[in-house]
Amino acid sequence: MAKYNDKRTLLIFAIIVLLAPVLLAPTGAAYPDLMQRFAIYGIFAIGFNILFGLTGYLSFGHAAFLGVGSYAAVWMFKLLTMNIIPALILAVVMAGIFSLIIGYISLRRSGIYFSILTLAFAQMSYNMAYSVLTPLTNGETGLQLRLDDPRILDAAPPEGTLPSTNFFGLEMKEVFWNPTFLGYELQFNYGFYVSALLLILSFYIAMRIFRSPFGMMLRAIKTNQTRLNYTGISSRPYTLAAFVISGMFAGLAGGLLATMDPLAGAERMQWTVGGEVVLMVVLGGLGTLTGPILGAVFIKYLENILSKINEVVLQGWFAFLPGWTEGFVVAIVYPFVGKGWHLTLGALFMIVVIFLPGGLVDGSKRIGKLFRRIAKREA
Amino acid sequence: MDALLLQFINGLDKGSAYALIALGLTLIFGTLGVVNFAHGALFMLGAFCAVTFSKILSIAQITIDPTKTDFLGNPLKVKTPYIEVWFGDFGTALLDWSVPLSIAMAIPVMILIGITMERGLIKHFYNRPHADQILVTFGLAIVIQEIIKAFFGANPIPQAAPQAFFGSMDIGVMIGFAQDTIIYPYWRLIYFAFSVSIIAGVFAFLRFTTFGMVVRAGMADRETVGLLGINIDRRFTIMFGVAAAVAGLAGVMYTPINPPNYQMGMDFLVLSFVVVVVGGMGSLPGAVLAGFLLGVLESFASMPEIKNFFAGVGLPAIDQIIIYLVAVIVLLVRPRGLLGKAGIMED
Amino acid sequence: MGILEVSNVNKHFGGLHALNNVDLNIDKGSLHAIIGPNGAGKSTFLNCLIGKLKPDTGSVLFEGQAVLGKKPHQINQLGISRVFQTPEIFTEMTVLENVMIPCYAHRDGAFKINAFARVSKDSEIRDQAEHVLNDMGMNGKLNMRGGALSRGDKRRLEMAMCLVQEPKLLLLDEPTAGMARADTNDTINLLKHISESRGITMVIIEHDMHVVFSLATTISVLAQGAIIAEDTPENIKGHPKVREAYLGEAEV
Repeated sequence: MAKYNDKRTLLIFAIIVLLAPVLLAPTGAAYPDLMQRFAIYGIFAIGFNILFGLTGYLSFGHAAFLGVGSYAAVWMFKLLTMNIIPALILAVVMAGIFSLIIGYISLRRSGIYFSILTLAFAQMSYNMAYSVLTPLTNGETGLQLRLDDPRILDAAPPEGTLPSTNFFGLEMKEVFWNPTFLGYELQFNYGFYVSALLLILSFYIAMRIFRSPFGMMLRAIKTNQTRLNYTGISSRPYTLAAFVISGMFAGLAGGLLATMDPLAGAERMQWTVGGEVVLMVVLGGLGTLTGPILGAVFIKYLENILSKINEVVLQGWFAFLPGWTEGFVVAIVYPFVGKGWHLTLGALFMIVVIFLPGGLVDGSKRIGKLFRRIAKREA
Repeated sequence: MDALLLQFINGLDKGSAYALIALGLTLIFGTLGVVNFAHGALFMLGAFCAVTFSKILSIAQITIDPTKTDFLGNPLKVKTPYIEVWFGDFGTALLDWSVPLSIAMAIPVMILIGITMERGLIKHFYNRPHADQILVTFGLAIVIQEIIKAFFGANPIPQAAPQAFFGSMDIGVMIGFAQDTIIYPYWRLIYFAFSVSIIAGVFAFLRFTTFGMVVRAGMADRETVGLLGINIDRRFTIMFGVAAAVAGLAGVMYTPINPPNYQMGMDFLVLSFVVVVVGGMGSLPGAVLAGFLLGVLESFASMPEIKNFFAGVGLPAIDQIIIYLVAVIVLLVRPRGLLGKAGIMED
Repeated sequence: MGILEVSNVNKHFGGLHALNNVDLNIDKGSLHAIIGPNGAGKSTFLNCLIGKLKPDTGSVLFEGQAVLGKKPHQINQLGISRVFQTPEIFTEMTVLENVMIPCYAHRDGAFKINAFARVSKDSEIRDQAEHVLNDMGMNGKLNMRGGALSRGDKRRLEMAMCLVQEPKLLLLDEPTAGMARADTNDTINLLKHISESRGITMVIIEHDMHVVFSLATTISVLAQGAIIAEDTPENIKGHPKVREAYLGEAEV
């Protein structure tokens, strides 16, 4: 059995995450909102990987749990308090209950049937949130904070203002330190650090699951269910447990999204969001520990930069090209950026599935091997 | 009674679309063993064949009419489609009939797209895990969708049915009800008839031609048919083309009912999967039956009486989720689906 | 009283009477072979034993407990392990992990969430697995991926996975099918070794007469869905009915 140096991995991971506002500064991604998204979708992807990466059960329905988490959190903000702790707890619990119900039914089937079922459930949840359960979800408009919400634990905020989410008085949005470092203006805010700590915790939990007998059973399910059953293991409770765990991670991510911005809408439950987390995990590296986080950061970063590029920016880039070629190149590149960045994402995704089934993590390992081979030859 | 009947026929056109897409999905699943997440995109591509066709037909000559001015006071530019310039009234008629006529373009285009898809991509995934097949077709669906968005924009593009089919038919009067109780737009009626004939065509093709016989044999037992020295792969490729064409035609004819936009494929895909599951994975008659059943059921669920009843028990807008609820119940009670073979989905 | 008692099992497939009133008694500690020509119902019979098929009538008792209608994992938990025609192993996992999984199943039962235990620190399970692998002569390959093993080694691994659970009954479905003669002899020696060293009752379904006659203590002959003879290998060889039904087509 391979020796893992888990303590070291965890330490390096924690340092990287906690120093993200500094490390990401040169990339232009170091503003709190985006970094917080990295962390939140990282949590979502880590959880999803426990299901898809370990057991091989491909769910398209995890957006539903993300949405449930958001709705639950906003309800806590409305009824109880703006402190994020009860909101996050309820988000995780509700997502857990939902995933138990959906998982119990969907996991009666495996393979493609399971995928189709989760897809149908995702669409059903979306429709429920959008119209059927309007009293709970406020339908199209989405669930928002209102001035007349009870918030029984909180003191009334100043007349006519909405309170903001906080962690025992520390406001999520507040930037508590704003130094200049090597010419970059850095922003440290509470919201990011709450998400970052939960990301590290999620990473630790995932790591323990990966190394545990439970995780070994999940991997065995992916490899050979027949043998597992004839070995005396009933695979369904294991897959259900993995499904619920990943659903709870999704709920946590949904709750955290609500702490960033206390509103929840049905579009968060659309199965395309569930498709996005599939992309993150596959792109990063299915069944690896760090891959899903890499995939989440990669996709959210790509979204951030590509969607900002417009025609003018492109013309600026390609201005050096002579005459009509400039227009030609701009016309070719334009559909892939700005509002069309999903095209880049789809194309990238296909390339990864076709040529690099191991994802980015596997790809970088292969490149590393290649370089080592070249270096050896030259030595 | 008349209200029930009205809902019944109202469900038929949506049911037709479900049935056609589910039929294609089942053909591909049955022959190639692949679940094609890009099948909704084929439906959408069909719809955009109609859009393209009418755009081509309405390419216009711009002339300046010096006698009139526009609201800014400039001479008025008049657009006259070339086709009218060249053919006069016949050209106008062609434009009017652009949706049905675009079938002529959609069939070869869709078959070509289907065959290219199978040979260029899906073929390489037969021996990969199911999850990979789903992922790659899912990626393909996104790409197709985004390309269409890049070319045609994100907004729905309305397409008109030929003027001859504007208006509705009063079916109620024909079968002895009061006037205006059961009226049904002509085009929906045509859509229904068109779908039924395509379905009948596909079944006849599979039943009565040697080609169809081999394909059916291949669906039952691919290896054995391959051993008989029959080039089953090529036939399956053609079947993929046919399935693409069926989805495409469903899309073409649906454009006057629902203005096409780049996302319509995904919406229909999810529902069609449900249809396939309810009908029985791999069963062609099951797919058709379940398509119509669920379309009609959805229509019934949207009746005010039924909606109000469910709103009373805390479920307003039951029509939005009825299909999914039925699918869950079918799956729990009869996992193989309505007409599925024993053993399928029952492990 | 045998360890496994099959009585009056019937199974029809449409018009085909695949199993016809099969009665069988497997004695504890024996190495019982079931042979029969193609289509005699051997596979059907085995599938009935392990719960994959449900016979129309009859009962199968293992140590007095009903086996029919139980799920595979429940049957395994009773103490019955199974070796497949083509070795079923966890191809994407290491040899050691392959054996540790049945170890856990044996210790913890059909389901247990121990998400915060560490596999690497569980020396008890590890020692057990290594011990069995050692016994199978695979100690040099602990960290190899299951899928990368040779066919013979896959068979050894599968045996190790069964043996680590200390089963009371081991079912073997044509364990030498498709093997070269050298590998076949290897497997025969392995099975002999297991039988002698551990005293596990074995039921072996086999085509290859060489394997059957070098291993079995008792042989049952299945023909057209019915048991037509049951005796020691020596007596079976001379049995007229068996000759007629079976040995006419095969060389002994």
